[in-house]
Amino acid sequence: MIFFDNVSKIYSHNSAAVRNVTLRIEPKEFVSLVGASGAGKTTLLKLLLREEDSTEGTIFLDGLDVTALTRDELHHVRRRIGTVFQDYKLLPTKTAAENVAFAMEAAGRTDAEIDEDVPQVLDLVGLADKMDNFPHQLSGGEKQRVAIARALVNRPDVLLGDEPTGNLDSVNTGEIVKLLKKINQLGTTVILATHDKQVINTLDKRVIVLDQGEIVSDNAKGTYQA
Amino acid sequence: MKFITLQRVIRAGFLGFRRNGWLSTATTMVMTLVLFVLGNVVFVGAFADTALRSLESKIDITVYFTANAQEPQIMAVKNEIEALSDVRHVEYISRDAALARFRERHKENALIVSALEELGDNPLQASINIAAIDPGHYAAISDFLAGKKYPVVEKINYFENQAVIERLSSVMGTVRGSGAILTIILAFIAVLVAFNTIRLAIYTVREEIGIMRLVGASSWFIRGPFLISGVLYGVAATAVVLLVFFPIAWLASPKLAFLVPEFNLFTYFLSNLVQFSLIMLGTGVALGVISSFIAIRRYLNV
Ligand SMILES: Nc1ncnc2c1ncn2[C@@H]1O[C@H](COP(=O)(O)OP(=O)(O)OP(=O)(O)O)[C@@H](O)[C@H]1O
Ligand SMILES: [Mg+2]
Repeated sequence: MIFFDNVSKIYSHNSAAVRNVTLRIEPKEFVSLVGASGAGKTTLLKLLLREEDSTEGTIFLDGLDVTALTRDELHHVRRRIGTVFQDYKLLPTKTAAENVAFAMEAAGRTDAEIDEDVPQVLDLVGLADKMDNFPHQLSGGEKQRVAIARALVNRPDVLLGDEPTGNLDSVNTGEIVKLLKKINQLGTTVILATHDKQVINTLDKRVIVLDQGEIVSDNAKGTYQA
Repeated sequence: MKFITLQRVIRAGFLGFRRNGWLSTATTMVMTLVLFVLGNVVFVGAFADTALRSLESKIDITVYFTANAQEPQIMAVKNEIEALSDVRHVEYISRDAALARFRERHKENALIVSALEELGDNPLQASINIAAIDPGHYAAISDFLAGKKYPVVEKINYFENQAVIERLSSVMGTVRGSGAILTIILAFIAVLVAFNTIRLAIYTVREEIGIMRLVGASSWFIRGPFLISGVLYGVAATAVVLLVFFPIAWLASPKLAFLVPEFNLFTYFLSNLVQFSLIMLGTGVALGVISSFIAIRRYLNV
């Protein structure tokens, strides 16, 4: 279970990116975060990953107070969370396969596991033939799919997707949404930040709407029209 | 840390060193420069030491005794001198020994030999030759002897050499002092340059370090390869600097031997090669590892 307890994030004085958010997400839930650009979707995900520290409030992941962890403990939590970053965050000096493998290496997986899982997950996102390309040799959508593969490869408890289909065409988007749903059915909590009405309306899952850092609506079977 | 993780850290360190070709080369070159400075400091130190010791060995005090001084009286003086804590070595040269030496030295000179024959009597004085532990102590020893006013002592020749000896010992003090200061300044500059080069190398990959943290890598998993690269900079720089020093020592050796005959740079280099390499390696590796450790710290704070 993920629990945001009255969380606020203030980057600079008098404008809060996230304001007094209290939010409860059950295990195996599929949640979409929507809202205008600048509403605070990315910030909310960053707080859970501790990429940013919250200004106020506490965040729990399965009873563990994430906000209280020291820098030396953070990687344990991060290994349980797979993240597709809005700006991909691929390592430029590593190939697609090496980028995916890095997340496994960091988690202490064996070489045998890595050799087996990396090609499999890249195949899953349709990049089997681009395994040895460096990020600068990939299109925006391809980079995004490498990022998705990396987020999935450690079979995380929680998957954070920050606009994971932002650079994909409708065919690829459909494929990725299907993939996310399948991951979710296999037991992973998915939190998806997106602008894409199409995605949300086909998902037919819980939708949380953010506006200027505050939750303005939270529907169990939501649609998004904005 | 799991064994597989340690293996990966080491492999990544080697890979990073190879893949970042020009950066590794640049860092290694700067490190080589540091070791080159250090190596020269060691050489100059050894040269100065030999030169100073060679000069020092040429300084002494000679006490000359009157012609009628008896051996027991001279021995009494010698014993007192030997008892002084500043004295390293005392040599007694009897009148007969002095004559024998004189003859030996001038045996080719027929004029001197025949003059001696004609003289019949031994014209030379008995003397005691004193070497001090520290050249700065000659004045004190000489003053002590003069203060005793031994009736059998005719002359203390330190007074004649006094000016030369005092200047020499003050020059030696200055050489040692400024050598130490210069060493410290040079080493400081060299370390600063090497550290900043490594800092720059790590600065260029700061974003990647952040990404690695966000996808679940521990600090040590990220830091490890940079420390390994630091070790490699030190090892590569040591190899280069040793290769550079071989021809330099070979070429400079005769020129330095001209100044101080007792000093052979190339022999010194060869006979101290193991020690010298270990100093270079230790400095290079420590510098590489410590610099990397300090430089990466702030970027791991993600
Ligand atoms: N590092 C930062 N420093 C200062 N302000 C920031 C920082 N990051 C985000 N903000 C501000 O916080 C607010 C929320 O940003 P956030 O990135 O969470 O929005 P978002 O909902 O993800 O938007 P988008 O849909 O465009 O990705 C914005 O007003 C943004 O300008
Ligand atoms: Mg965003």
